Amino acid sequence: MKKKKFHFSHTLFNGVNMVILLIMGLTCLLPFIFVIAASLSSPEELIKYNFILWPKGFTLDSYKYVLCSTDSVARSLVVSVSMTILGTIINLAFTSFMAYPLSHSNLFGYKVIMKLVTITLVFGGGMIPTYLIISAYGMLDSFSSVLIPGAVSAYNLIVFVSFFRSLPKELEEAAKIDGCNDLGIFFKIILPLSTPLLATFTLMFAVGHWNSWFDYVLYINDGAKWPVQVILRNILASSNSAIGDTLMMGDDYVPPQDVVRYCVIVVATLPILVIYPFLQKYFTKGLTLGSVKG
Amino acid sequence: MSASAKAASPPAERSTLSERMRKTMKHVKRDKWLLLMVLPGLAIFILFRYVPMFGLIAAFEDYKAYLGFFRSRWVGFTHFATFLQSPNFLQLLRNTVLFGFYKMLFVFPLPIIVALMLNEVRINWYKRVVQTLIYIPHFISWVVVASLTVTLFASQDGVVNNLLGTHTNFLANPSSFRAEIILQQIWKETGWGTILYLAALTGIDPQLYEAAEIDGAGRWKKMWHVTLPGIRGTVAILFILGMGSFLNTGFEQLLLMLNPLTHSVGDVYDTFVYDIGINNGQLSYSTAIGLFKSVASLILIIASNRIVKKLGEDGLY
Repeated sequence: MKKKKFHFSHTLFNGVNMVILLIMGLTCLLPFIFVIAASLSSPEELIKYNFILWPKGFTLDSYKYVLCSTDSVARSLVVSVSMTILGTIINLAFTSFMAYPLSHSNLFGYKVIMKLVTITLVFGGGMIPTYLIISAYGMLDSFSSVLIPGAVSAYNLIVFVSFFRSLPKELEEAAKIDGCNDLGIFFKIILPLSTPLLATFTLMFAVGHWNSWFDYVLYINDGAKWPVQVILRNILASSNSAIGDTLMMGDDYVPPQDVVRYCVIVVATLPILVIYPFLQKYFTKGLTLGSVKG
Repeated sequence: MSASAKAASPPAERSTLSERMRKTMKHVKRDKWLLLMVLPGLAIFILFRYVPMFGLIAAFEDYKAYLGFFRSRWVGFTHFATFLQSPNFLQLLRNTVLFGFYKMLFVFPLPIIVALMLNEVRINWYKRVVQTLIYIPHFISWVVVASLTVTLFASQDGVVNNLLGTHTNFLANPSSFRAEIILQQIWKETGWGTILYLAALTGIDPQLYEAAEIDGAGRWKKMWHVTLPGIRGTVAILFILGMGSFLNTGFEQLLLMLNPLTHSVGDVYDTFVYDIGINNGQLSYSTAIGLFKSVASLILIIASNRIVKKLGEDGLY
């Protein structure tokens, strides 16, 4: 039926287009391949090569140094992992709990609450007043300062509300007739129906917490409570050859600054790259989730 | 009619009031579980969004931590006046506006172009592979991106210097600093930015393309008359959002990338507020600068929303 005509200009356009896109794709991928390869290479071999995509003189010594002979990186990983898990649970709980009632537009006080929420989309107190208030609450240097203020945000809440609104109302009504109260409906009917939403936002919140850096810089002074992102930043900022005083444990092997940096970059990125296939699957869906119409 | 209504009004009002109270109580009782569920989230909004807004009065005071918001000395608009007359003001304004301008000029349109390019790829697996790759940087923290940049570009014998055969620290050069910041943003967010446009592109009715083909439209004509009009609404919304964050150019990114050599070209309102507020402890002055910027941002959102509506598109609100 269809007659395909081959025009030279068409083929050329397609070819050039695809090559440009591939180059863009590789620009996004190759830096990570390089860092992973370099972190697994022996420093002596590394000096000989410029840009590598495969480990030369494979060794895990640098990782051993970064994770074992220094306590700050290992400790920061424990902080990062626990704050990511805890923070994600808090975000999911606060956001879904607040969003479900607001999916009923006949809720008592609905209009006022929604207005309060939407205003924060465009206006806020800003960095310093928020800092002053959090310090007035006595939350400085406590993990609560990085977990609680962001437990629910207007944008995510609105996405949750419009998702809950898109669920069929008949189920709720049936459950109500059977004598189920609102809490029961939420846990037994709404949450099980919301797995696509919850999966998407579990990943989104987790990535946010894992990557979080500035909140810790602002609110937490105690080095024992820093996550790996802050440690990486400090390594980057320090011009000394070692990560800091805690890192000089008197052991024999100290890898060069560059290699230490490669290892910590990999450690700070790897969890993201590992869950990336899931991220891509759910995120692309999740981004358009909020626009689902009921 | 009016006279009788007036005469009857006092008892009627009382009855509606008590009736309204009863109705309200019934309403609250019916929603008691739902209201209980709203409470924790509402508390977060009040404690951590609205109380800090009240904290903005520090901008009009000579705020001292030991005196608190209520007993610190009131100074009115002094801090704003000081800021507007200080040499920092113009420098910050220039840097912030330039970053915002470059962002709207270079960072904003690129996802549209890349989405259109992806849309032209007819081989599905190839398209998917490219998409998978260009989304990666979005999920990487700014700290890691900054570390990667420094390792690749800054060190004298780093990868890029070796490839180019030079020995320069690219990140310490004020004349190319802004371009580097913009390139970093392009690298990190262009791929991710295509998603909303690609979603809009799949929403275009294929019959429109067929009709255009029958009318003899080629690739470019189809793009101009079918594809671009199909994503106009998305472009408009993202344009307003972009204007809203016009003055918020990459705070974390700049905080990570700035060094003493590049402060003159890279310092923006946010980094300045952080520096003098948290590092130097000039709390009131920095609050005033932050408020000044928030108000300017708000005006930009409202203005761009108006413009977009004038151009015949749906606005944000």
